[in-house]
Amino acid sequence: MVLRTPITRSIAVESTPSAINEVCRGILPSLEANNFSKEDIFAVHLALEEAFVNAIKHGNKMKPGKEVKVDYSVSSDKVEISITDQGKGFDPEDIPDPRLGENLYKNEGRGLLLMQSYMDVVEFNKSGNCVRMVRYKEKPRLVNPHKLENA
Amino acid sequence: MVPIKPRISVEYVDKATIVTFTDEKILEEKDLQALQESIMSVIESAAGGINMILDFQNVQFLSSAVLGLLIRISKKVYEQDGQLKLCGIAPKIYRIFKITRLTKIFDIYQDVKSAVESLAAAD
Repeated sequence: MVLRTPITRSIAVESTPSAINEVCRGILPSLEANNFSKEDIFAVHLALEEAFVNAIKHGNKMKPGKEVKVDYSVSSDKVEISITDQGKGFDPEDIPDPRLGENLYKNEGRGLLLMQSYMDVVEFNKSGNCVRMVRYKEKPRLVNPHKLENA
Repeated sequence: MVPIKPRISVEYVDKATIVTFTDEKILEEKDLQALQESIMSVIESAAGGINMILDFQNVQFLSSAVLGLLIRISKKVYEQDGQLKLCGIAPKIYRIFKITRLTKIFDIYQDVKSAVESLAAAD
């Protein structure tokens, strides 16, 4: 049974591509149960896939003995996911923009861009081996200062 | 016997080789490997430059690893003086192409018919 809000869980999986299925089975049904839209679920699924592949490939170098830890919480208004690998980390600033020049023709390097495009918050810890991502069900509304002044 | 799940279907219309992805989701490493092997062998088996149309009508989800595969396929096709067209891409998948600006390097058509017509018009 999929529980309705709020849930907070932590799982550790081995560094194999198929382990993402277990992670998705944990998170995506909870989004559905909390009435996240299909667009939200698609976005979270994509970001999750990209972040997980980065963790096992670039972080844990595909060593099955190394684990990926996934912490997540789902509430009625947002989903928050942290993915931590056992690698030495990286500086996201060092990743070239895949949309520019010759990078457009490279086989790799688009995962981070997609994570940033589909999630509302994407941030890394200092050492770069843990990414925290948040997507809000309803986007926070920007307050128009002029309206406040006139209120 | 382990069933082998088909990853693509191949059809020949006029001068075009239409490769249709049969899976709804293209994700796992082994799926990608199988896809790459199948599509590369179609390209290699064509005499002269292939006119390949990749049809995404069944695809509802893909990750950046598939985009990398498409780049590899396009390099192979162009190496052999062929042409590559993509079609049938669902709006949510098309958004991934837009975000990554791959719409700039791939010829994308609404459906197979318009992709085939574009090849005929180029003759």
